[in-house]
Amino acid sequence: MIATGILQIILYFVLLIGLAVPMGRYLAGVYEGKIAFLAPVERGILRLCFVDPDQEQHWTVYALACLVFNLVGIFALYALMRFQADLPFNPAGQTAVAPDLAFNTAVSFATNTNWQNYGGESTMSTLTQMLGMTVHNFTSAATGMAVLVALIRGFTRRQVRTLGNFYVDALRSILYVLLPMAVVMALFLVWQGVPQNLGDYTEATTLEGAKQLIAQGPVASQVAIKHLGTNGGGFFNANSAHPFENPTALTNLAQMVGQVLISAAFVFAFGRMVGDPRQGRALVIAMSVMLTVGIGVCYWAESQGNPALNGAGIDMVTSVTNSGGNMEGKEVRFGIANSALFAATTTGTSNGAVNAMHDSFTPIGGMVPLVNIMLGEVVFGGVGVGLHGMIIFVIVTVFIAGLMVGRTPEYLGKKMEAREVKFAVLCILIFPLSILGLGGAAMVLPAGLAGMSAAGPHGLTEVLYAYTSATGNNGSAFAGLSGNTPWYNSSLAVAMLIGRYLVIVPTLAIAGSLAAKKIVPPSAGTFPTYGSLFIILLIAVIVVIGGLTFFPVLALGPIVEHLMLAAGTLF
Amino acid sequence: MIKQLIPSVLLTIFLMALTGLAYPLAVTKIAQTVFPTQANGSLVERNGTVVGSERIAQGFDRPDYFHPRPSATTAADPNDPTKTVPAPYNAANSGGSNAAPTSKAFVDATRDAAAKAHADNPKAHGGVPVDLVTASGSGLDPDISPEAAEFQVARVAQARHAPEAEVRALVAAQTAGPVFGMIGEPVVNVLNLNLALDQRWPIAH
Repeated sequence: MIATGILQIILYFVLLIGLAVPMGRYLAGVYEGKIAFLAPVERGILRLCFVDPDQEQHWTVYALACLVFNLVGIFALYALMRFQADLPFNPAGQTAVAPDLAFNTAVSFATNTNWQNYGGESTMSTLTQMLGMTVHNFTSAATGMAVLVALIRGFTRRQVRTLGNFYVDALRSILYVLLPMAVVMALFLVWQGVPQNLGDYTEATTLEGAKQLIAQGPVASQVAIKHLGTNGGGFFNANSAHPFENPTALTNLAQMVGQVLISAAFVFAFGRMVGDPRQGRALVIAMSVMLTVGIGVCYWAESQGNPALNGAGIDMVTSVTNSGGNMEGKEVRFGIANSALFAATTTGTSNGAVNAMHDSFTPIGGMVPLVNIMLGEVVFGGVGVGLHGMIIFVIVTVFIAGLMVGRTPEYLGKKMEAREVKFAVLCILIFPLSILGLGGAAMVLPAGLAGMSAAGPHGLTEVLYAYTSATGNNGSAFAGLSGNTPWYNSSLAVAMLIGRYLVIVPTLAIAGSLAAKKIVPPSAGTFPTYGSLFIILLIAVIVVIGGLTFFPVLALGPIVEHLMLAAGTLF
Repeated sequence: MIKQLIPSVLLTIFLMALTGLAYPLAVTKIAQTVFPTQANGSLVERNGTVVGSERIAQGFDRPDYFHPRPSATTAADPNDPTKTVPAPYNAANSGGSNAAPTSKAFVDATRDAAAKAHADNPKAHGGVPVDLVTASGSGLDPDISPEAAEFQVARVAQARHAPEAEVRALVAAQTAGPVFGMIGEPVVNVLNLNLALDQRWPIAH
């Protein structure tokens, strides 16, 4: 670890928080209805879609609208991939996508996961990338944002039965937030060297006389929303390691900030909308602490390099002129610091884009992204879903605090009763059920074992990471795993559906029951949900729950691998 | 359920038109007008033919060129489409090796690559910089670290019959530092460097 690396990490946080605060103010204004300059357009569109913009929905209707909307999207994307050979805008002549891969991909993009069992430039036509992938990047992000806003309304409203209108919230998310930001970011990316065209792939003759077919397309428009909506599905197989998808250190910084910005802004907006900015700040501090620890551990581990390469005449010392450390699967323009920072932020949120190959990280370095997802993706988390995931943990934390002092737990003036706590625990239990259940099945079935590319404990980590990433709707991978098989395509799709909708529906149930409650003013016995005691307790609850659930399997995977690598054992 | 189906379908169609067609097409139009070179892949031409892209690595093997980072990209096996064969610097199928750090095959191959690098560059001092013996994440990393360029200077200078100091100066001219002195790492673009070499000290191939 060197000073320039640490400085870049500090710069990142300064930029992120500096942009998130005003963005939070904007978001609060949009969702409270105070910022409405596109109101005529918005209302016109909604009426054309047979939606009454003033009609609010009970939580069950809100959930149903959300699910039906997502289902329609899944069908549309599936159809697009299956018929892409017969549709226009297919300059590279891609054939129809196989049914199991199309199913997995459609579910993947609808759930904001963007797990890609395929390489974009060799499998998907330009039309599919534009009309399928890019669209879902917007709609899945909007879905997460709408659900969060519904939960926030559960806290701010009292004794009502409605939570707002799903279609209104989703459309506003796109019109006021995602689309304008995407346009600006896309043009910035093009300026730095990201291609944006609809032409054929280019054939070049290299200086040494070889032929090189250079794949291109409408990359910048896709990449912009890939990060802003914490989607992660890249245009190219190598995702943000590809020099066309992420050409310079500036685009890398923009992408790293972009993938956390809206999630971080929402935390500030949350504080504003509930009328107590201290609440938002407390959550930001908790998330930032966990993120910093993750970045630090990953950066340290990757800077150490691979001990098995010692004594081979290789210079692995990180300096200003030498990348050093573990450079397998990384890019020189990012080096160790920015690869570690990217890996931590992409898995703290539910983004899942990568600018380095996680499969080639050192055991501890690769464990950081894995643990980030396992903790529930609440270290800012995905747009919308991250904060409501964090609020679930807050509910459990105030419940535990309430048990300790013998008082009914309350958060933001709403009493947390049996129903809320049960649903919160259900959301938390979904994770290990899916990850350990499906992962365990994969480790026993020959179809599952066949996908591993690494021998030894690293292979277990590959499989574990896949189910963790799918359940957490992250989408990053230890890409040595051959996921494009019927077993993995279907089981990962199931994990993604479980991790997304079996969390969204209980969350909306909590929102609905909260909205019906009274708001109780704080009393002498109220546990303050801001301040260092709460922050420490919250972090402890998250780490202990995650640790108790996943430490055994981590011990079998990355931890034992680290010990074996240090002892010189190879597979 | 039916009551939600109609608004869902209509809104989906509208959003497909807005975010799937209008947005990318509008961005494409603006990009092609304002930033045509970058929008079309930063292609590099020499004597009227396209020799590659500034952003995409290509293979260099000759002693009189600077070598890029190794590439682990593959291509479909022409004899059996279900299998893949190694195809370095394949710009139509990016990817890394995804080798585990505990993989014996990977460690052995990397140690061999280091030995080969030392054999190819006998006059170079110290260890071979790690980026020169490890595959990049994309397989298409167009850059090498300044130390990796320095490692190869002696060999290239000898092959081109040029003074080492001048080759070093050329490398320095092609080294792009961290942005604003802070963001990112210093890099040397291999294609631009080799083009500059060909211009300064041409060799008949």
